[in-house]
Amino acid sequence: MSAASEHEGCALVTGASRGIGAAIAGGLAADGWSIGVNFRSDESSAASTVERIQASGGRALAVRADVTAPEEVERLFGTVEDAFGKVLVLVNNAGVRSDDLAVSLGDSEWDQVIDTNLTAAFRVTRRALQTMIRERFGRVVNVASIIGPRANVGQSNYAAAKAGLIAMTKTIAIEVARRGVTVNAIAPGLIETDLTAELDGKLLAAVPARRAGTPEDVAACACFLASEEAGYVTGSTLFVDGGLSA
Amino acid sequence: MSTAVTEEQIEQVVVESLESFGADPEQISRKATLEQLDIDSLDLAELSQIVQERFDVELKGSDVAEVKTVDDAIKLISTSV
Repeated sequence: MSAASEHEGCALVTGASRGIGAAIAGGLAADGWSIGVNFRSDESSAASTVERIQASGGRALAVRADVTAPEEVERLFGTVEDAFGKVLVLVNNAGVRSDDLAVSLGDSEWDQVIDTNLTAAFRVTRRALQTMIRERFGRVVNVASIIGPRANVGQSNYAAAKAGLIAMTKTIAIEVARRGVTVNAIAPGLIETDLTAELDGKLLAAVPARRAGTPEDVAACACFLASEEAGYVTGSTLFVDGGLSA
Repeated sequence: MSTAVTEEQIEQVVVESLESFGADPEQISRKATLEQLDIDSLDLAELSQIVQERFDVELKGSDVAEVKTVDDAIKLISTSV
């Protein structure tokens, strides 16, 4: 781990027990941030994420919270703030999939994906911004997807949520830009995670880089967007997709 | 604490807040418009947060949207505490 200087305040990563979220948590910890590692159900993986960070000399705390529940979001922030101070970096990574063709996609599958991937991200962002605008500094990174900007059969709910997340990113970015708060999105392509385990095959052949990305590829971009140096980057979407959307 | 809040206390908090948002202290008066002071809707949202913390009162967004002058802001808060 780097000898990066420690920051005042901390970073909160939602859905950080595994995959991209865990990699981002590790990357931000290496950059000197104390990390709130949010998870909903996978306590042992969240504990592993925290252990990896601590073993490398970083500070992290696992906090169980379902970000679709407003009272749990408030409790999440309270717990993280008590441990590490104000949340100055927020990474909205918590996400779910529930695929089906639109013709047979149920209301509950639609609602679940929109609630978690879009509405919860808004709710968590709103809470974080209340602190960030007062601090005159903040970094919000929304983990979107190339699905949304691109179509994908069976993912009308997921695409709608992720496209909405990108649109939300742009508008909130210009609302808070003058306060030193940046809001950006990352659009990963085919990344090796549990969520995409059964997706590759034909899609992989379409990736110009001829490989799936890694969670660390995405984490590197999140760390850049969270950095002091990225202060003039806001409202943007960074595609991390091996050229798939080029 | 609401009964103990005076208009002078409210005015002090409003003026301090406007200065922290970048308004020119010499331009701040009860009659000054928020437009003259370059105070925008995000500033008003932040002022609402500060008022909530200091006076434990939640201002309605629709009422805050009607605020045009420093005096409007002070009166809105005064009638809300």
